[in-house]
Amino acid sequence: MEVLSSEIEKNSLEFQSNKKHMEDQVTVFRERAKLLKLGGGPELVKKHKSRGKLTARERVDSLIDPGSSFLEFSTFAAWDMYEGQAPGAGVITGIGVIHGTECVIVANDATVKGGTYFPMTAKKHLRAQEIAMENGLPCIYLVDSGGAFLPMQAEVFPDKDHFGRIFFNQARMSAQGIPQISVVMGSCTAGGAYVPAMSDENVIVKDNGTIFLGGPPLVKAATGEEVSAQDLGGALVHTELSGVCDHFAENDEHAIQITRNIVAHLNKKRAVQLKQRPVEEPLYAASEIYGIVSRDSRVPFDVREVIARIVDGSRFHEFKQNYGKTLVTGFAHIHGFPVGLIANNGVLFSESALKAAHFIELCEQREVPLIFLQNITGFMVGQKYENEGIAKHGAKMVMAVSNARVPKFTVVIGGSYGAGNYGMCGRAYGPRQLWMWPNARISVMGGEQAANVLLTVKLDQMAVKGETMTLEQQNAFKKPILEKYDLESSAYYSSARLWDDGIIDPADTRQVLALGISASLNKAWGPAQQGVFRM
Amino acid sequence: MKFKRIAIANRGEVAVRIIRACEELGIETVLLHSEADVGTRAYRLADKKICIGPAPTAESYLNIEANVNGALAGGAEAIHPGFGFLSENSHFARKVIEAGLVFIGPSPEATETLGDKVSCKNLAKKLGLPLVPGYEGEDQSVEKLISEAEAIGYPVIVKAAAGGGGRGMKILKNFSEARELIESAQREALSAFGSSKVFLERYLDRAKHIEFQIFGDATGKVVHLFDRECSVQRRHQKIIEEALSPSLTVDLRKRMGECAVAITQAAHYRGAGTVEFLLQDGQFYLMEVNTRLQVEHPVTEEVLGVDLVKAQILTAQGDPVFIDRAVFQPRGHSIECRLYAENPYLGGVPSTGMLGRVHFPEGPRRRFEYGFESGDEITPYYDPMISKVIVWDETRSRAIQKMIRVLKDTTVFGVHTNIPYLIEILSHPEFIQGKMTTRFIETYFAQPIAEPSLTDAEKFFVEEAQRRVPRAGTQNLTSSSASIGDEVSAVWMKSWRGV
Repeated sequence: MEVLSSEIEKNSLEFQSNKKHMEDQVTVFRERAKLLKLGGGPELVKKHKSRGKLTARERVDSLIDPGSSFLEFSTFAAWDMYEGQAPGAGVITGIGVIHGTECVIVANDATVKGGTYFPMTAKKHLRAQEIAMENGLPCIYLVDSGGAFLPMQAEVFPDKDHFGRIFFNQARMSAQGIPQISVVMGSCTAGGAYVPAMSDENVIVKDNGTIFLGGPPLVKAATGEEVSAQDLGGALVHTELSGVCDHFAENDEHAIQITRNIVAHLNKKRAVQLKQRPVEEPLYAASEIYGIVSRDSRVPFDVREVIARIVDGSRFHEFKQNYGKTLVTGFAHIHGFPVGLIANNGVLFSESALKAAHFIELCEQREVPLIFLQNITGFMVGQKYENEGIAKHGAKMVMAVSNARVPKFTVVIGGSYGAGNYGMCGRAYGPRQLWMWPNARISVMGGEQAANVLLTVKLDQMAVKGETMTLEQQNAFKKPILEKYDLESSAYYSSARLWDDGIIDPADTRQVLALGISASLNKAWGPAQQGVFRM
Repeated sequence: MKFKRIAIANRGEVAVRIIRACEELGIETVLLHSEADVGTRAYRLADKKICIGPAPTAESYLNIEANVNGALAGGAEAIHPGFGFLSENSHFARKVIEAGLVFIGPSPEATETLGDKVSCKNLAKKLGLPLVPGYEGEDQSVEKLISEAEAIGYPVIVKAAAGGGGRGMKILKNFSEARELIESAQREALSAFGSSKVFLERYLDRAKHIEFQIFGDATGKVVHLFDRECSVQRRHQKIIEEALSPSLTVDLRKRMGECAVAITQAAHYRGAGTVEFLLQDGQFYLMEVNTRLQVEHPVTEEVLGVDLVKAQILTAQGDPVFIDRAVFQPRGHSIECRLYAENPYLGGVPSTGMLGRVHFPEGPRRRFEYGFESGDEITPYYDPMISKVIVWDETRSRAIQKMIRVLKDTTVFGVHTNIPYLIEILSHPEFIQGKMTTRFIETYFAQPIAEPSLTDAEKFFVEEAQRRVPRAGTQNLTSSSASIGDEVSAVWMKSWRGV
């Protein structure tokens, strides 16, 4: 296969300034993530551990196979929300390998408001379940939660995608043959009690683990009965009397060991086989991506330079290289897995959209996972383009993306604006995972364009009345719009609200994608819908 | 009993060597590896692998608890410690035994008796075996030390009792400089190790390093499997070893062999071990006993036609070894070179990084014991040895000639290697005549060897070859990854975290 040769001048001022810019952003990302990994902070962690408990992260680390990777989702959930009360939304989710089986793990962090569910906690939990469902991955819930965060119950409890959906999903997954395993390592009160109760097999930890629909205070208020938490719903009660739990564990470590044994007996097989190749590292270092991506989002760069640093051996079999050149499509391998890449190299024209639709159909027919590298300002506008029917050509691309059943993975490596976001498999188009680089921006249009659109509308209205604005007034009009767009389009704003599955270091892109593809092989993709239409 | 599964508490080429022996005996292997060693040959070959900790040796390969727990978790019945790391740690051997596992090696008591230099010397004295004349008394007055030095006979070396690594070491050539140098050694010892106590020893300035392979079988009988010479050393690190030594007469060989058997038999030694001697002017002195397999064991295997690792395992199982008496008749000559990832043009500084194309020129009686393949990474955490190259031929001169040819045909891209350095050593007249002493390297190879100049075309070729690396090192991972699951992709097998 053709090897991409890099044209980058690593000593150029351009490369060095870009590199510095990206390094700064990655540093900020790493430092913020470090803060989040402290959970509720050292004091609460100390208190948590004084009860003989492991922290949520320690639980995850000891649950997965030693020395293996953990693909964490939505680390930045609830970032800069709820007055900073819920770092990481108080739950850790991700995919890890247990006895060689890829599993989705959901671990409550009891050091964050007792592991209670904020709106974003519920959203993050549900997203993890959605990933498990789409990919057919067993779910392991490490439960240590006080249930809904009561002050915000209206945004957590009643709606379709609120707390109750967790148990609905458990029931549906169980029926689909996706094992549901719970480990009760703290309290599971009220609604929370249904996480273990709705699981196929579960474990409860002595002393710390409790399950009850109503806790001792509620029982006292309702019936006057006085009872200790352990007698009401402790590990002994549930493993010897009630049968709510299956395995009794002495402590967290023991519970983890039992859980690993449970997974070892799941008899989970892979459903999809790809024609894999021996793994080759790219010819160029991933860290060079830092110097390639422009620090100014308006300055273009050749996305092939990025592809050369992600794919095996930097080998890329490009498709329709000379047609619709603002979009790059082609086949490659990532960590031995075959992939089809679709990457922006400028604004989308009709030809680029047709090429994308054609290429997606090829990947569908050949059962090759699709990777979208998004850096898109949108579709081209103007009379010429509207008259040639760019809307219907764009629609073909959106149609192909929407109906593709091969796993899709999206990485926003620059801007993600307007209908470009749709065609390039934005969140609404069901990518198995969607990742943001720290520099990524996402909004309906760029802040400058939005401000100008609104200004034009305003000026038109004023012109009717015979009024106008000075340049100064115009700038003052635009300023709050620009500021709002700037804030709301950042990767952190997006990640906080689960518009994506997480922010990643650009140098980790290859690893993240490979893990995602590997996980996607656990559930059959279904048959292709149609042949390949030449667009 | 017959082992079903053995844990390997080691890495690199020796781990591969043990895996091969186990495979031939129909025994499964569990590799206890650090996070840094996932991309190595042993990892790909072992039936099962368990990660016992991060890259630093103190947290993985030297971590007794992690190794024992790993072996238990992996369902092993015995542990082979290889060499280096925990192989001579009697505390480890005890923990292994306490955990109900078999330690493939001598008993902890034998390791303590022979491995501790003081107790080993005491045993040798008791048995009347020759030691380097010296003084280790409590009287540390300068007068006493001078008179002891006179009694030992010049040249005499003064060593710090508490230390090592050359600090506080002085060589006294005659009486006139003795006082000044002893005082200076005491001062240095005090500042470096907190104790001014020094030992005196006859300084052997043209000694040869000769060692005897010994083996104690399951019945308690110890035999010697002849000698090796390892005089080619750099900073006490052996580089080239051979069997048999070109320096021994029939009589010397007999006496030294008896001496080696005597001390190990007295300690009830079981399994493979090595007794090291210094030889100068026809006099030999017992230096120390290594209570483990030796790096250079293959040269002994080549001249005798034995498999020492298999013999270790069989002995640990209680089975007989060396049934064919012909193994005690050495034939021909064998040489081993240690191929290091280092820059010979910069005095041997380690050269780490990803290995490019690696190719060993196979042929009759050419043997390559390697732990890394194309695409693997030489990390800075461990000894940068890529491979041992071993040849056998009918005579020593033919073996040397063969080794030079083999080294010239060996290809390693991606890192520097000591191949040019090895070739120069092998071609040196003193080596060819078999006259080298332990000071051979410092005498003739104190300076880094000269770097050849390349033509532009050659440079281009090298760069291209470096660039087009077949990174195939991880290709077997998916199929052989038993510890982490038979199906899961190799991409999971590093402890990566996104945040």
